[in-house]
Amino acid sequence: MVKTQLLVVGGGPAGLAAADTAASLGIQVLLVDEGRSLGGQLVKQTHKFFGSGEHHAGVRGIDIPQLLLKEGQDKITFKLNTTVIGCYQDRVLTALTGEDEYFKISPQAAIFATGASEKFLAFPGNDLPGVYGAGAVQTLMNQYGVLPGNRVLMVGAGNIGIIVSYQLLQAGVQVAAVVEAAPQIGGYLVHASKLARAGVPILTRHTILAARGKEAVESAVIARLDDNWQVVPGSQQELEVDVVCLAVGLSPVVDLLRQAGCRTRYVPELGGDVPVRDSLLRTSQEWIYVAGDVAGVEEASAAMVEGRLAGAAAAKQLGADVAAADEIIARSQASLKALRGGPVGEKIRSGIAKLEGGIANA
Amino acid sequence: MRRITKHPILQFEEKPVITFTFEGRKLQGREGDTIASALHANGIKVLSHSRRYHRPRGFFCAIGKCSACLMTVNGTPNVRACVEPLVEGMDVRRQPATGGELKW
Ligand SMILES: Cc1cc2nc3c(=O)[nH]c(=O)nc-3n(C[C@H](O)[C@H](O)[C@H](O)COP(=O)(O)OP(=O)(O)OC[C@H]3O[C@@H](n4cnc5c(N)ncnc54)[C@H](O)[C@@H]3O)c2cc1C
Ligand code: FES
Repeated sequence: MVKTQLLVVGGGPAGLAAADTAASLGIQVLLVDEGRSLGGQLVKQTHKFFGSGEHHAGVRGIDIPQLLLKEGQDKITFKLNTTVIGCYQDRVLTALTGEDEYFKISPQAAIFATGASEKFLAFPGNDLPGVYGAGAVQTLMNQYGVLPGNRVLMVGAGNIGIIVSYQLLQAGVQVAAVVEAAPQIGGYLVHASKLARAGVPILTRHTILAARGKEAVESAVIARLDDNWQVVPGSQQELEVDVVCLAVGLSPVVDLLRQAGCRTRYVPELGGDVPVRDSLLRTSQEWIYVAGDVAGVEEASAAMVEGRLAGAAAAKQLGADVAAADEIIARSQASLKALRGGPVGEKIRSGIAKLEGGIANA
Repeated sequence: MRRITKHPILQFEEKPVITFTFEGRKLQGREGDTIASALHANGIKVLSHSRRYHRPRGFFCAIGKCSACLMTVNGTPNVRACVEPLVEGMDVRRQPATGGELKW
């Protein structure tokens, strides 16, 4: 049994910020991640980040992990290549390093920063090799330097669909089209106009009907949708592509939290089933906190600030200096409020309002 | 052949070659590859077949979350090819989607 004051599950921006903050407040931290390197989703993001300077805007995602670990480094034990596979209500977690080193962890508190996973879409042929999630395409290209194919149909014109399309062009892959069922482009227009300038059609009010091919994708059928989301008869076109890339959203990875007895609630604004938590990111299990995409799908900047908030709150619960922790908590809450301000944050704000009441009401 | 050589932001230097076998056939990958990335670079997208209809299956998430990429490696079934690092001399094989025949 490995004992630690605080266990952080996941070493993406949220987990790193949480571990660093708690450690800087004097807490002993164990951070585990199933990957071979730290950084989570950041390691495949080659574009410069949007957002404010305080949250590393203008820095490429791949360079952020080093910046996040400042003060607490030497109080954190890192265990990579380690997957947490069980989480029990008596505060014991089970983990597996590689294929055969199995062990138990008993922490006084835990922060889950396990991120989100890609949503799937139902259409004939969606099981063919060549139908890939946007994250997979990014991983293949930007981490392993392998081309996903020659010609891609991108499904989804949110930030991820638009950015990955641009990254495909940079890697020398053709993008036949980007289809988006909604009437407008969801992603930032800076990136969308880069695509448009490169001659990639972004077809709003269009969807994929089928992927075709024998051993792998050889073509995809797309069609126009009317205002009631029905296919416009005769609008079908078949595009010759060898990859269909799905960028239709992410949902929080909450299975371990459920196992531990944390209450979840379906909140579409935040990506699906999300753990119910209070304004300190504490779940319905008093020893478990959440931070980052697992607490509601947002962006890396919010994930980092949530990490600091949860890290400080957990540290306070574990006996760290109250004034120092409170200061970080207040600063992080103000920073989150600013990040979620304005019309862009509207959806997130209404989603979170549904969750924070949850613990008191239930 | 299907690797990125020129990129405006990233640098992919030539990494040392790793030799492995796929369905008994000798193939080459590069240091830092996973099994799936090495196979993909060799033009191999079909990693297994579905159990009932024998439909081809490839990877989907590439981060170890969806189980679309399970293969038999050095005799061990159900290894996630998308996250398992490629190792010199590995014996990689396709498997039925369940990892073997189910007996009820
Ligand atoms: C294409 C794309 C572009 C983006 N661009 C931007 C941008 O420009 N600006 C921006 O702010 N945001 C951007 N984002 C969003 C941002 O990447 C995410 O919001 C952020 O990475 C979420 O951080 P996280 O720490 O919550 O999760 P992740 O980064 O997903 O990290 C989760 C970590 O947990 C680990 N893990 C999960 N389960 C377990 C387990 N059971 N045991 C052990 N470890 C586990 C994983 O290995 C992973 O390392 C982009 C995302 C994508 C996909
Ligand atoms: S492709 Fe999803 S687990 Fe490997």
